[in-house]
Amino acid sequence: MTSAALGKDLIGLEHLTPAQLELILDTAEPFKEVSERPIKKVPALRGKTIVNLFFEPSTRTRISFEFAEKRLSADTVNVSPQGSSVSKGETLVDTARNLEAMRIDMVVIRHGASGAAQFLGSRIRSNVINAGDGKHEHPTQALLDMLTLRDHFGRLAGLKVAICGDILHSRVARSNIWGLLKLGAQVGVCGPATLLPRNIEALGVAVLPRIEDAIQWADALNVLRLQLERMQTGFIPSLREYNRVFGVTSERLARAPKDLLILHPGPMNRGVEIDSDVADGPHSVILPQVTNGVAVRMAVLYLLAGGAPDWAQAAGRGEDH
Amino acid sequence: MSGILIRGGQVIDPSRGGAVADAAANGVADVYLLDGRVEAVGRNLGGASGIAGAMVVDATGQVVCPGLIDVHVHLREPGQEDLETVASGSMAAAAGGFTAVCAMPNTDPVCDNQGVVGFIKAQAQRAGKARVYPIGAISLGQRGQQLAEFGELVGAGAVAVSDDGKPVVSSHLMRTALEYAKTFGIPVADHCEDPTLSAGGVMHEGLVATRLGLKGIPAAAEEIMVARDILLAELTGGHVHLCHMSTRGSVELIRRAKERGIRVTAEATPHHFSLTDLACEGYDTNAKMNPPLREAEDREAIRQALRDGTIDVIATDHAPHHYDAKEREFDDAPNGIIGLETALGLAVTELVESGLLTLPELVKRMSTLPARVFGLPGGTLAPGAPADVTVFDPTAQWTVRPDESFSKSRNTPFAGRELTGRATLTIVRGQVVYQRGD
Repeated sequence: MTSAALGKDLIGLEHLTPAQLELILDTAEPFKEVSERPIKKVPALRGKTIVNLFFEPSTRTRISFEFAEKRLSADTVNVSPQGSSVSKGETLVDTARNLEAMRIDMVVIRHGASGAAQFLGSRIRSNVINAGDGKHEHPTQALLDMLTLRDHFGRLAGLKVAICGDILHSRVARSNIWGLLKLGAQVGVCGPATLLPRNIEALGVAVLPRIEDAIQWADALNVLRLQLERMQTGFIPSLREYNRVFGVTSERLARAPKDLLILHPGPMNRGVEIDSDVADGPHSVILPQVTNGVAVRMAVLYLLAGGAPDWAQAAGRGEDH
Repeated sequence: MSGILIRGGQVIDPSRGGAVADAAANGVADVYLLDGRVEAVGRNLGGASGIAGAMVVDATGQVVCPGLIDVHVHLREPGQEDLETVASGSMAAAAGGFTAVCAMPNTDPVCDNQGVVGFIKAQAQRAGKARVYPIGAISLGQRGQQLAEFGELVGAGAVAVSDDGKPVVSSHLMRTALEYAKTFGIPVADHCEDPTLSAGGVMHEGLVATRLGLKGIPAAAEEIMVARDILLAELTGGHVHLCHMSTRGSVELIRRAKERGIRVTAEATPHHFSLTDLACEGYDTNAKMNPPLREAEDREAIRQALRDGTIDVIATDHAPHHYDAKEREFDDAPNGIIGLETALGLAVTELVESGLLTLPELVKRMSTLPARVFGLPGGTLAPGAPADVTVFDPTAQWTVRPDESFSKSRNTPFAGRELTGRATLTIVRGQVVYQRGD
């Protein structure tokens, strides 16, 4: 199945055009309203079968996708490696072929290996949506971040967004960089040099060596989770030191020239990369991000399934439901 | 015994006449092979009627040169015969124009004793396609702990030692290997990689890796070990041969070491002088190798090093892997590509057609110097030399089709690539082992 608007798969934001990004964000807007209805359901994907193939633990992304699928009336199946043939050594491509043989329509895949979503998409006919692959991309997370920023500022062009934390291991950071730059925002990255990829500036981002620099520069901070599992390999001396040098604290934010919007893709390490009073403070949009996640995923599912860019038609059908 | 008369080819023999072949020997000439030896090289041998009883090969428009020698291949036997055997690998070698290959020891069991050396030699003899010279392990089991018995290995026929596939992490072990190998006059071939820097890496550390979200291997992981090995070669006076060099920093270190007279030789592969890390785009596991494909500046440094002699020889690092092993996530796919049948075409296309090397210089890097560096027979068409000869058409246009390979494996990033230059006839010990079109 191929969507004229987006192509067959959503692997990442690197290869989408600004118009395609705008289309997804614009399509998500009316879907927000569906989640506010007493009966949170439209028939847009009625009869479609979607498999959520999560090879890595995930709570919010998987549930968000599942809500999005159910609110579009799709039939869904969740597969995790535990208890499946994958745990018996079945390869990804064999898993995919078996699913394909069951005549599914779409696969949402989360996988620990960069490129796994592209690998799958090139080998099966069903639409593939990347729900996070290794350190590569997490496109729907970036889209929901962008939607949240657009909701607040009314625009993305000209915004200065600083992505703070472990950029090296972050798929969220890469998708945000591609998406925000394409829609005219400026992007800065801030973190210890050990957690910044070499040549990152070649992607068109500003490197902000200290969190104070990011706070002075930015309109919004997208604070990334410090991946605690990485600490065993010595990228930073300690969590304590990280909080002292790079933590987003209310004291630091108080010295900002303006109020900064605070985003975080979650899950948070409170007291490490972000303090609780910031996470729960008036400028935090962490929970609206989660709400927007469902709308963005509904938009992506709808468009990839061949839905018309003109959402009004589908919304109308929703009212009949 | 009847001989073979190869008539009218452009005879290139860099072993005679200085650095590159002398003008006379590079002219059109005949080569007569008899009783497994080069009998004569000259114009119009035997006159118009030829030599009585000799099989005549018309080599008009083709290059006739000493048989190509590849000092770095993996034949997978014993242990992984589904990927390659000594027979299938040596057939692929013959089809690629190689008359001799050196087989790395990372087999199962490891080639760290005379039994495995003898087995590989026996398999090669049985196949009868190319000379196969086993390389023994530096350390028992390639575990990096204890020296293998070099004396026994050499006695059984090993021509060098290497733990290739695994770096020699211990500087002490490398030092003792270099010192001990001097006794037997063999080179110690090292896979230069600092595993603490490369750990988890699956491609070159650079912008492409950043974009793809793949863990990179920095150039310094190779260069640190190159620098160490050079220092240890200087300390010991031993001969270190540096395998598959991939970075401009390595080239610079070797260049300076050679200027100081240290006994260091080096090799580069066709994939490192042909491709860059951009080949990993799309997560193509056929572009996954170790050392990884580097950046354009590294590739250019390798090409220039082959031109000026900083890198002595071209070697393929022929590494067969099963289709299923490569048909998976990039992180999990094994390193390596096959290379025996594409090496000559890539070398002509990338190095000769671009004007970097002349054909005699190419033959020098693929035959004369490999023989000299590893102390092997061949690499020359001097009368009395072994009758190992390669005939190739330097203008032949062809397309790489992995399905037509004689290797048991198909893992190449060059599928569909248009190349110029291809072997047409390969002769080992005076016997035709491969003739294109047969």
